[in-house]
Amino acid sequence: MAKMLNQLKPGDVGIVCRVIGNGAVKRRLLDMGLVAGTPVKVQKYAPLGDPMEIKVKNFNLSLRKAEAALIELS
Amino acid sequence: MGNHHVIVALAGNPNSGKTTIFNNITGSHQRVGNYPGVTVERREGVRRFKDRELLFLDLPGTYSLTAHSQDEVVARTAIINETPDLIVNVLDASNLDRNMYLALQLLELERPVILALNMVDMAEKRGLKLNVALLSQKLGTPIVKMVGRHNRGTRQLLETVINVADEQACNEFRLDYGAEVERAIAEINSGFNATADLKYPRRWLAIKLLENDEEIRAIVGQLPQTENLLAVVDQARDDLYTQFGEAPEFVITECRYRFISAVCNEVISSEGEWVQTASDKIDRVLTNRLIGLPIFFGIMWLLFQIVFTIGQYPQGWIEQGVAIFSGLISTYMPDGELKSLVVDGIIGGVGGVLTFLPNILLLFLGIALLEDSGYMARAAFVMDRIMKAVGLHGKAFIPLLVGFGCNVPAIMGTRTLENPRDRLVTILVAPMMSCSARLPIYTLLIAAFFSPELAGTILFAIYLLGVVLAIVMAKLFRKVLFPGETETFVMEMPAYHMPTIRSIVIHMWERSMLYLKKAGTLILAASILVWFMVSYPSDVSYSRDYDQAKVQTEVNYSFLINDEVFTPLHIRMVEENVDFSKMVDKLKVLDEQGKNDPDEIQTKQGKLEQANPEIYTFASKYWALEKKRDDDIEALDKAQASEKLAGSYAGQFGKIVEPVLKPLGFDWKIGVGLFAAVAAKEVLVSTLGTIYSVGGVGGDSAALGEVLAADPTFSPLVACSLIVFTLLYSPCLAALAVVRRETNSWKWTIFTSVYSTILAWVMAFLIFQIGTLLGIGL
Repeated sequence: MAKMLNQLKPGDVGIVCRVIGNGAVKRRLLDMGLVAGTPVKVQKYAPLGDPMEIKVKNFNLSLRKAEAALIELS
Repeated sequence: MGNHHVIVALAGNPNSGKTTIFNNITGSHQRVGNYPGVTVERREGVRRFKDRELLFLDLPGTYSLTAHSQDEVVARTAIINETPDLIVNVLDASNLDRNMYLALQLLELERPVILALNMVDMAEKRGLKLNVALLSQKLGTPIVKMVGRHNRGTRQLLETVINVADEQACNEFRLDYGAEVERAIAEINSGFNATADLKYPRRWLAIKLLENDEEIRAIVGQLPQTENLLAVVDQARDDLYTQFGEAPEFVITECRYRFISAVCNEVISSEGEWVQTASDKIDRVLTNRLIGLPIFFGIMWLLFQIVFTIGQYPQGWIEQGVAIFSGLISTYMPDGELKSLVVDGIIGGVGGVLTFLPNILLLFLGIALLEDSGYMARAAFVMDRIMKAVGLHGKAFIPLLVGFGCNVPAIMGTRTLENPRDRLVTILVAPMMSCSARLPIYTLLIAAFFSPELAGTILFAIYLLGVVLAIVMAKLFRKVLFPGETETFVMEMPAYHMPTIRSIVIHMWERSMLYLKKAGTLILAASILVWFMVSYPSDVSYSRDYDQAKVQTEVNYSFLINDEVFTPLHIRMVEENVDFSKMVDKLKVLDEQGKNDPDEIQTKQGKLEQANPEIYTFASKYWALEKKRDDDIEALDKAQASEKLAGSYAGQFGKIVEPVLKPLGFDWKIGVGLFAAVAAKEVLVSTLGTIYSVGGVGGDSAALGEVLAADPTFSPLVACSLIVFTLLYSPCLAALAVVRRETNSWKWTIFTSVYSTILAWVMAFLIFQIGTLLGIGL
């Protein structure tokens, strides 16, 4: 069972393996640089538990847990 | 080269500082924000440099050039259709890994590109070392280093622009997508009619077709002699899918990012991974799990306290200024209809609007600070869970928040939402965000009917009500009108910046000019229309002859004064008895001085009485009669004015709608105001001003609030009902015009206007009826 981005805790690090799906969400995530081989680090979760903030490349990105659940890590 | 002017397209990621650079170059005034997507509209500005005219097109900030978002389509079509001589791509130097993704796509459009490497100071602070020369060589395109926020590098950029424009050399850059993809590109390319006049570069078209770009597919589908081309594309896509196990668009994206990674590895040397930046440290507090939301609400609350408490001082000064000006005009203009038009119609209307400029300036100061500092994105971050619950995107919070300033940019700002359904729902509820034009109405009514201690709290409650209802309606609309999924929430969290004074000032200046221009044209027109409706027809048939009654009153009192004062004193007029005349003057002065202190008046009157008891008796009797006469005449004047207003066009209209408004506690005067205020909500204030200054004698000098407080129609409960109605009912014409433009549909425009008015009626009805039943605020 592969680990998904939304399963990480704040401070955890992972490397993107692939983004599941085919639609606009995937398109958007890839455009923002979440391509295979990219290291990501979880910064934190929002006060109400969702969305989450991650570091990818040299910037901070926020995304919902439902979207993070599409990002498979290796 | 000739002296022709150069067209430059300015492109870049959101938060790359593109707008700041645009402002530096053109000096044009534009909103600078830190939130993705503030620059939705295309802007342009001209700059003369070295005897050349440079025309800069500011493209929307985008991360990519796909057809998935309106901004991206706008940006790429502009590059194709406006045929700029070159593209300046602004990149955030501290975040090249992602910013270069757009740069590669711009390079593929086969126009000359200059890379403006912005925020190099931030990159250095983060410990990034850039080999600019090598990067320039790798991408085959010139690079200029800049710090937009300190206006560094602007000159160099302009010089490079002119050099590149004169060379007219296309960029040589070509990204190798690997054997399989390149073969597919070649295959598609050969399918284009060799002689066809294509606006787009062929290679770019081929790549876009492989990426399954729907817009480009539609365009290519209409080209002559390309019947088989789309079939070729589909076959190529299928083949690539089989080879890579993934749709070609994703293969292409990964290929671009692989190239970028390779380049960045060579060009950038950094000091280790996962550096916790200053912004991260700030966010430990501002988006903290426990205190993030309280801080957010605290900031919102503080904003409105500042607008209300600090705003009232300059507001008082402007009020005084307008009163003095209007007094001067009254003194020097001959009486008549023109004077009535100028004083009651024009000065009354525009002056009333001007009074609230301080509130608006302060509100936009706050909004500009939030946007430019980068906090807006954090606000979306902490609020998204709530927004998601009502079926809106966390990003929708930002246009909605901008809506507190003005609904027009709010509705325009919804363009950052990619999903059309999300956009429409946000547009529909955006007008419930209480815009600054409604603030004058609240401030007027709150000041007139509630204690100053309560003012801030009530104001906050009004804004909160708008938000709550927007949430309720959004949920309803999404459920009923558009059942479906919400769009993705993938948003950059830009680094915090200390907002520059320059950009804050530009922002405030632009907003207040917009407000004043609205005051100058729309509101002036509405004021004159209302003045006309209030003043005409002038030949009203009164229930009695008021002029006759006034003359009769004068006569009656002069007989009374003669009988009771003059005859016993053996005089025919006041001046004939010096002691008496002096005593009367003293009483007059006493009355004026001691308005607020009845005890003091009594003591002083006692002293006067002791000095000359006989004369004092007559003098006080005389003065009392004079005052009583003036009161009687004023009462007649008021009754007459009121009858005149009731008979005017405005009164006639108001009375027609009065039955509908009665259950809300409103009379026809409020009905007239509400109708006129659809032009622009702040018009309600000027309309009421016009109605009451015409309707009440001496109303000119009294502040409108005092006049309203004295009107028996009004009570704190009616004020509440009116505030809620104003908050909710039909958006102003400007906002409706933007709704029409953004939805491209009259149906949705009318729907917006009608549903909000019905909602306003229901809410005001509930407040007034329940309040009356419970006996609150009567």
